[in-house]
Amino acid sequence: MPRLKFRRSYFAAPYLLLNVLFIIVPLVFLLVMAFTGEDGGFTFANFASFFTGANALRVMGRSFLIAFLTTAGCLLVGYPVALILSNSKINTSAVLVLLFVLPMWINSLLRTYAIKSVFDAVNMQNEYAKVTIAMIYDFFPFMLLPLYTAMVNLDKSLTEAASDLGAGAFTVFLRVRLPLSVPGIISGVLMVFMPTVSTFAISEIVSGKPETYLFGNLINDFFGKNEGLYGLGSAYAFILLMLICLTLFAANKLAKGGELGRGGLL
Amino acid sequence: MAVEKFDKIIEIRGVTKVFSDVTVVDDMSLSIKRGEFVTLLGPSGCGKTTLLRMIAGFETPTSGRIFLEKQDVTGVPPHKRPINTVFQKYALFPHLNVFNNIAFGLKLKRIPSGQFKTDKKTGERTETERKYTKDEITEKVERALKLVNLAGYEKRDVNSLSGGQQQRVAIARAIVLEPKVLLLDEPLGALDLKMRKEMQIELMSIHKNLGITFVYVTHDQEEALTMSDKVVVINDGAIQQTGTPKKIYDEPKNAFVANFIGESNLLSGTVIGDYKVAFCGKTFACEDKGFSKNEQVDLVIRPEDIRLYDANSGKGELDGEVTSSVFKGTNYEMIVATPEYEFTVQSTSGRKAGEKVALAVLPAGIHIMKKMLTVNTFITEVTGENTVSIGGGDFEFNNNGEFERGERVIVEVPFNKISLTDDESDGVIGGNIGQSYYKGAYYQIQVYTDDDSDLYLDTADEWDMDDRVGILIDKDGISVKKYVEEDDGTAAASGDGTNAENGEADEYAEA
Repeated sequence: MPRLKFRRSYFAAPYLLLNVLFIIVPLVFLLVMAFTGEDGGFTFANFASFFTGANALRVMGRSFLIAFLTTAGCLLVGYPVALILSNSKINTSAVLVLLFVLPMWINSLLRTYAIKSVFDAVNMQNEYAKVTIAMIYDFFPFMLLPLYTAMVNLDKSLTEAASDLGAGAFTVFLRVRLPLSVPGIISGVLMVFMPTVSTFAISEIVSGKPETYLFGNLINDFFGKNEGLYGLGSAYAFILLMLICLTLFAANKLAKGGELGRGGLL
Repeated sequence: MAVEKFDKIIEIRGVTKVFSDVTVVDDMSLSIKRGEFVTLLGPSGCGKTTLLRMIAGFETPTSGRIFLEKQDVTGVPPHKRPINTVFQKYALFPHLNVFNNIAFGLKLKRIPSGQFKTDKKTGERTETERKYTKDEITEKVERALKLVNLAGYEKRDVNSLSGGQQQRVAIARAIVLEPKVLLLDEPLGALDLKMRKEMQIELMSIHKNLGITFVYVTHDQEEALTMSDKVVVINDGAIQQTGTPKKIYDEPKNAFVANFIGESNLLSGTVIGDYKVAFCGKTFACEDKGFSKNEQVDLVIRPEDIRLYDANSGKGELDGEVTSSVFKGTNYEMIVATPEYEFTVQSTSGRKAGEKVALAVLPAGIHIMKKMLTVNTFITEVTGENTVSIGGGDFEFNNNGEFERGERVIVEVPFNKISLTDDESDGVIGGNIGQSYYKGAYYQIQVYTDDDSDLYLDTADEWDMDDRVGILIDKDGISVKKYVEEDDGTAAASGDGTNAENGEADEYAEA
């Protein structure tokens, strides 16, 4: 009698189905549409328009610049905060961390409207600053959490060993704490940079001005406002996806090169 | 140079460390001679690691002072002490390779440059400092690696090394700085037995080659006896005994030390006079004197000091029966039951289980110790008409209207008036079993109450360590005296439920 072999991998089948249905199939649609012209035939025109039209490149550059500023801002604010929070003498119960991470559980649109009313209240005019600050506010917890995790998991005996070997507090930070928090920095940067480079809602809500029109807005408008430009929208989305993949790949290379173990995201 | 070699390098004076109300190190004093291999030995949680961490500078004593070469270093941070540590779990830097781990301290170190500069204002001539050059660092790292038998491992990733190799790197990293004192915190704890034996021998030869003072922390008594010049036995935050391994083994100062160091038979006895002691209903010759007549004492008999003879052979003082016999490679370990006590006996000639024997003890094999405590003493207060607070609970006593509620009193409870209950709720207060010592016919047990005071009691039953128990005290056994504050006020500060140790525990052997 043939025995029914039941492998553990069979349990993965539903997830595989989900993956195919909601990731692979839409990606294929996207790719097909990206190469489909207005007449329904095969074309490279959608991609060509990205590189020939000055507008698309400029908008993308702006998106990357704002994403970069946001990431840098989050890191600059988040690193010292994480450093303070990871000190068990100051943060005795982890309640402080909770307070910082709490906004993550509130819908980001709500948070965006909240910061918008703050800008209105102080009558802020600089559109760039508004969008960047709103993004830093929205994405800050995504930077803080991986940084905090990496720092809290740092073996205390390592810092003790460093000071035992003659390092003062600053040298201990420079030679031990900082290098060992790099995995946290990398995953924090990715967690913030990747969503901000493709976001469109924040800039639309807090600014809505042409000078803060982002690549995400452009793609959104192809699909939404100017109905029917699915081919262009798909091509631009595909380009963005590729760029994000490249960023990820580079970040992974960087993390592996350091061989730093836990704290990494991917 | 002999004088120089044997002066005190570390002196610990009355050091106490309290962590959130728990006294981990209690008024310890100890001095360590230059070049010595000193081992701090005790069970886990006894305070030995905390003491080491205070020497290293990671913890600051709550009170007391620590001196290094006659300089008070109590408040000096670790990076400014000429002391280096080998950590229990190695604590190698995972982002650095072997070379850079070892060079870590060398790159930071400043040494006299041999050049002098004169201060323009004061005219003072001082020697300038410089860093080690690259070549010097390379040379030193290579020498240190050679010393720990890891030559050629410079470029290796520390994460790819085995436990033993990582430990060697950790040792190299600490000794490369040529510290005045090397601290080792259970450095071999994570290694397997064979590796541990090898490293023990290597550490001893490193100690010999370098001449640095080693302070070594372990809970492994065999390791302590093998490696050290001097062993410091610690329990409950207090030094129990300090001495050479041989002295500690042959002449333990109290029941704890006897029980902790090596296999031993621990009994209760009565001193008959000089060189005479009675236990198990017989009088034995011994080599100890100076105890008062009829004094109740603890005594220890090492398993190898007992001789077994055939029953009815006319030799031997106690009759017994072998209940088990196990061959241990070099000798036999046997359990011999007499009506009063089960003796552990080691001998090169084995006897079979069930054999009737007569048992004799060599006079030199009997070592008499003062009893650790016979009454528990508390400074506490009367909480009701006829109740008094002990260990956080209210116990009844015979008041006769003598004491008022709230009055500060001294309460004494003899060991045999306390009983334990299986069910915690049957006792007045609850507690956890700590150490227990078999004293022949009864056990002496230490119980930690929930408010962290400890009680000692004698019981016929055996209890397991860390068991939850209820505590009852016979109300006729509680004697209450008026509390008179001492002039220096120390007694008043010690507060509720403090166990006043007898003089023995406070006495530190000063070799």
